[in-house]
Amino acid sequence: MSFKIFILKRAVTMFGVLMATLLLTIALVGSNMDAILKQSVALEIRQQVTDNKHLVASFKNPQDLDAFVENQIKQRIDALGLDKPWYYPPRLGLSMYKILTLDFGHAKFLTSDTGSSDVKDIVLEKMPRTILLFTTATLIISLIGIFLGALSGSKINSKLDKITSTFAVISSSFPVWWIGMLMIFVFAFVYQIFPARATPLIPVTEPGYLGALLYHMTLPLITLVLIGFGSWAYLVRNFIVGIMQEDFVVAKRAAGISEKKIIYTHALKNAAPPIVTVLALSLSGSLGGAIITEAVFDWPGMGRLYYEAITVLDLPVIIGETYVLTAFFLVSIFLADILYGYFDPRVRKG
Amino acid sequence: MSFSSKEISHEFSKNKIGLVGIAILGTLFVLSAIAVVTIPIESFKEWNDPAGWLTFPKSALPAWVNYFLSEKMPEHIILQNPQVLSQNVGEIFLTTHIFAVDYNYDKFPSDFIYEYTAKYSGSPLLQIWVVRPDGKELKLISTSLPQSKIETSYHGFIFSTDNSMIKNLRKNHDNLMFPIESLLAQDIVFSKTDVNKVLNGYYSFKVSLYNVKSKPSLELSKFILGGKVYGLMGTDELRRNLTVGLLWGTPLALFIGITVAIGSVVIGLIYGVFAGYKGKKTDESLMRFNDVIYAMPALPLLIILAVTIGNSIFLIVGFLVLFGWVGIAKVSRSMALQIKTLQYVEASKMMGQKDSKIIFKHILPQLLPYAFASIAISVPAAITTEAGLSFLGLGDPTFPTWGQILHDANTYGAAARGLWWWILPPGIMIAVTGLAFVFIGHAMDVIVNPRLKR
Repeated sequence: MSFKIFILKRAVTMFGVLMATLLLTIALVGSNMDAILKQSVALEIRQQVTDNKHLVASFKNPQDLDAFVENQIKQRIDALGLDKPWYYPPRLGLSMYKILTLDFGHAKFLTSDTGSSDVKDIVLEKMPRTILLFTTATLIISLIGIFLGALSGSKINSKLDKITSTFAVISSSFPVWWIGMLMIFVFAFVYQIFPARATPLIPVTEPGYLGALLYHMTLPLITLVLIGFGSWAYLVRNFIVGIMQEDFVVAKRAAGISEKKIIYTHALKNAAPPIVTVLALSLSGSLGGAIITEAVFDWPGMGRLYYEAITVLDLPVIIGETYVLTAFFLVSIFLADILYGYFDPRVRKG
Repeated sequence: MSFSSKEISHEFSKNKIGLVGIAILGTLFVLSAIAVVTIPIESFKEWNDPAGWLTFPKSALPAWVNYFLSEKMPEHIILQNPQVLSQNVGEIFLTTHIFAVDYNYDKFPSDFIYEYTAKYSGSPLLQIWVVRPDGKELKLISTSLPQSKIETSYHGFIFSTDNSMIKNLRKNHDNLMFPIESLLAQDIVFSKTDVNKVLNGYYSFKVSLYNVKSKPSLELSKFILGGKVYGLMGTDELRRNLTVGLLWGTPLALFIGITVAIGSVVIGLIYGVFAGYKGKKTDESLMRFNDVIYAMPALPLLIILAVTIGNSIFLIVGFLVLFGWVGIAKVSRSMALQIKTLQYVEASKMMGQKDSKIIFKHILPQLLPYAFASIAISVPAAITTEAGLSFLGLGDPTFPTWGQILHDANTYGAAARGLWWWILPPGIMIAVTGLAFVFIGHAMDVIVNPRLKR
């Protein structure tokens, strides 16, 4: 099987996953959403009719008026296709197509900072902030992790190695959001260095906004790095330890090449494929965790948007966000797959 | 690949980390047992009912902080046995309850509450006065109870936050040498006259109930001085005793973690072994389905499931299993692929044994050590994911899990307000429970995969 077919196969699987996730989401929220839409249609029509004085006056008794309004509502519901259930195939196909083309409709309650209620606008406005926070964190984590991992991997069973391993195990057992609460307690209450809420107070349009955003980002960033780099270092260490027992390293050692050089050039180079793969995967993983992390710090990104959408049950936003988050998640898994297949031929052959 | 149970326990007893894990787990089970025995089930069902917690102090620190502080924080004092006096002048009857307390702390109480049940007919007048150590007498409140023509019993509370009480107390500004416009009732009652600091000594609270024609009585009469410290773990903003919440969280977390882990491992194991054993088309299609679930973003979907289908604790356990089995299925499939080529499996196939019998009798038992290790390793993820869901406010509201305690803490801004005793213990409990299973899982992993022994 060639590499192209491998990629194609993965791409098809990923698309299937995206569709399955969407279908599941629509299946779960579909009937709720229809009920809400019908209600708002009924309200809208009633409002229109009562606002039109001439129309109201032309009816002799209230029964006729009610019948007229009911009829109007029914017509509108039919026109919108709401008379059929959400799983009626043409309707389902249409809603899937709309979501695929990023047409999520309008939010019920939430708006973007600029006041738009189009779900696409809201999501696109929050997306750069989430990407900013989590890619920065992932980059810092991987840099510290690779360096620390290589260092402790070169000195197995040294003090540094033991501390790194212990720290990795302990730090990964604490929920990130709980560490976040502690950090707020320490740096916003005990020592008032950083703000407790990560949403800048000045509006987006002000020139100083980016600076304020970066300042507010510090605390969540420190938290993410603190909780993340331990397990990274441990992972890299294990890769290095594995490679250091390979024959080619033994041969180099026998040839008199210094241990330092072996680790930083040869061993790290060989550990690169799994490291790059894990990098892509951890990015996607942290995006999933963004919902809780951003809720704790009140960081104005996609995660907090999701949290807000759940609390007020803003279904169009929930569907749109699920789609975008899933797409992100799948793209990074896909990238990880391709990178792994590219670096390690055994995968695409198997 | 096969292990006898004797070998396993022998290997395990040599592994220090594993033993530590077992010790922690044992402690957690003891805590669960204590919770089940000492705290009645009804009381945790009332966890989210604010009325049940009225007589507890608000946001009180754990009682043991007094050992570390130079200033002594007031403890929660409930005065229950008043001195009872009754007299009558003509048609007017008077019942008086006097609560005496020796107040010896460096801080004001957080509040005070009088809880009573009065039995009367007519419309009696309730008055509360306080006599301070310096002899001054302050009127706290004077209120009449609801009119009733027949003999009735009326249950009520008088809070120190009552507006008329604060108004009455602020009338004393002439006697006090500091501004009292913005002070709370307890800060005036217990204050020295020259500076706004606590005046230590004997206070007596005098509750008088006046009635015309018939003699009133106070059936239940409790005077509560709200403490600033309470119990082993303190209380939260909603006056809930955190010791109860933390204790009850232990069996709940263990239940969620262990049930989810066992459920996921059993399903994953059978699914994976079946796919691996059958091979060919069955294997291919089962593994494609596995890939699809594997690549789904778990948290957003869990949230949607909890929002739309329901958030009872059993449903949440089910949802977690739904996403938990996939990884185990992958590994057990590849293990089954190896085992099925072993001669004894081929032999039994040749002898015409049924597939189900081969899977359950010959392949699955081989995977048991791996299964136990994966159960231990999957527990922490289940516990933290449930805690995360509860933290987002999607947990089962009838059960106080650690995640929910943290959710409430976050809602009330506990971190930014410095209420550390509300944040630290639940998180530490989550982490310690997770660590116990990580340790045990690690120790079992070493036994199952001898290559890790180095």
